[in-house]
Amino acid sequence: MVTVHVTQHLRREGFEGPWQVAPGSLRQVLDALFQSEPRLRSYVVDDQGRIRKHVAVFLDGEALTDREHQQVPVPGGSEVHLLQALSGG
Amino acid sequence: MQHRFLLGTRKGLFVVERTVHGWRSLPPHFPGLQIPAVLTDPRDGAWYAVVHHGHFGTKLHRSADSGRTWKEIAAPAFPPKPADAPEIRCPMRGVTIPWSVELAWCLEAGGDDQPGRLWCGTVPGGLFKSDNHGDSWSLVTGLWNRPERAKWFGGGYDYPGIHSILVDPRDPTRLGVGVSCGGYWVSEDDGATWANRSDGMRAAYLPPDQADDPDTQDPHRISRCLAEPDVLWCQHHNGIFRSTDDGRSWKAVPPPEPSGFGFAVAAHPIDPQTALFAPAEADVCRIPKAGRFVLTRTRDGGKGFETLTRGLPLDEAYDLVYRHGIDTDATGNRVAVGSTSGGVWVSEDGGDGWMPLPVRFPPVLTVRFV
Repeated sequence: MVTVHVTQHLRREGFEGPWQVAPGSLRQVLDALFQSEPRLRSYVVDDQGRIRKHVAVFLDGEALTDREHQQVPVPGGSEVHLLQALSGG
Repeated sequence: MQHRFLLGTRKGLFVVERTVHGWRSLPPHFPGLQIPAVLTDPRDGAWYAVVHHGHFGTKLHRSADSGRTWKEIAAPAFPPKPADAPEIRCPMRGVTIPWSVELAWCLEAGGDDQPGRLWCGTVPGGLFKSDNHGDSWSLVTGLWNRPERAKWFGGGYDYPGIHSILVDPRDPTRLGVGVSCGGYWVSEDDGATWANRSDGMRAAYLPPDQADDPDTQDPHRISRCLAEPDVLWCQHHNGIFRSTDDGRSWKAVPPPEPSGFGFAVAAHPIDPQTALFAPAEADVCRIPKAGRFVLTRTRDGGKGFETLTRGLPLDEAYDLVYRHGIDTDATGNRVAVGSTSGGVWVSEDGGDGWMPLPVRFPPVLTVRFV
């Protein structure tokens, strides 16, 4: 299984985690997560399914660069972190 | 008269109430979050708040109990971009105009005979419609697909945005929207088809031979006299304009002192000759002239203006009022204004005199009477 964590900033919006979801591409992992947490979708991706421009995704400690297609494989045992990309004020 | 108004700020939503001790604000809803637009629906009393998260996008919340509890509901969202949709680039900067909601910028209720109808204007220029109190939204494609949209560009934000939605109280299937920068657009068939009505506006920020182009006008804010709905007031990037024929033609109003530049306008809800403005010195100097924070008011259709000073800070004040920063109650007697410095003032006499609220608010984005 894959473990997905979210930034503590999303706790005030009612999202706690972590969640365990099946491995696959990152998009498959996120879609599985959004199945169980449907309201979380719009906080992580925009209305076209891209990672929001001020959200950072780390896969086993590495920042994701394919933010549109999210085809990077996420094998079992991986840790995914959904974080705020620091910006703004 | 209305005894409450909402302040949407850069860092939360405040409710301000009139008590026996004067106007007092309550602790904020959504503390720390940006509230660019609010709506109190006169048809059913529901409150709506756009909640913009810097990192996590624009959300919409609804309250059926005057803010005691809130429920997150659907936010406007673009449908998937069709493969054959043209890529539109900003004509000023060459960057691609996104096919995605960047910000919900204004929110309005439909007509009395349209229960559940809401309209929402967004950056990058999409208008959205709901017929179920915001539980779902659809893009108004009749406006989004207009070829003239390729000429729109940002004003206030990086991309074009709809900041004003004016539903005609005589017939709510007739409505207009103000676009920065794209002019004033009107539909007479409930949003199915649209036409630009910006004749008479002039843009000084373009080459002179393009100054009259209706599709590149920057009406900072447009406000309608509800008792005489053909009368519209526009605070434009290049001065004040007025229409008496529902936007078919606009006439420039001679600039008041100290300036005709500003962002906000509040038409008097009953008197078509009266409107209030919040001037800044100029587009290259967006602070009050000489540190004097004043408002201007015309009561004769724009022929002349009064400079309103009583109760306002006239020394070392650098307050700027954004597009949605003025509102009047239904009588026009109570007026509230909020600034980007967090100053808020209330008038009980249509603007003759003003009282400051004793609070240092976050920057004010929108003011709206309940």
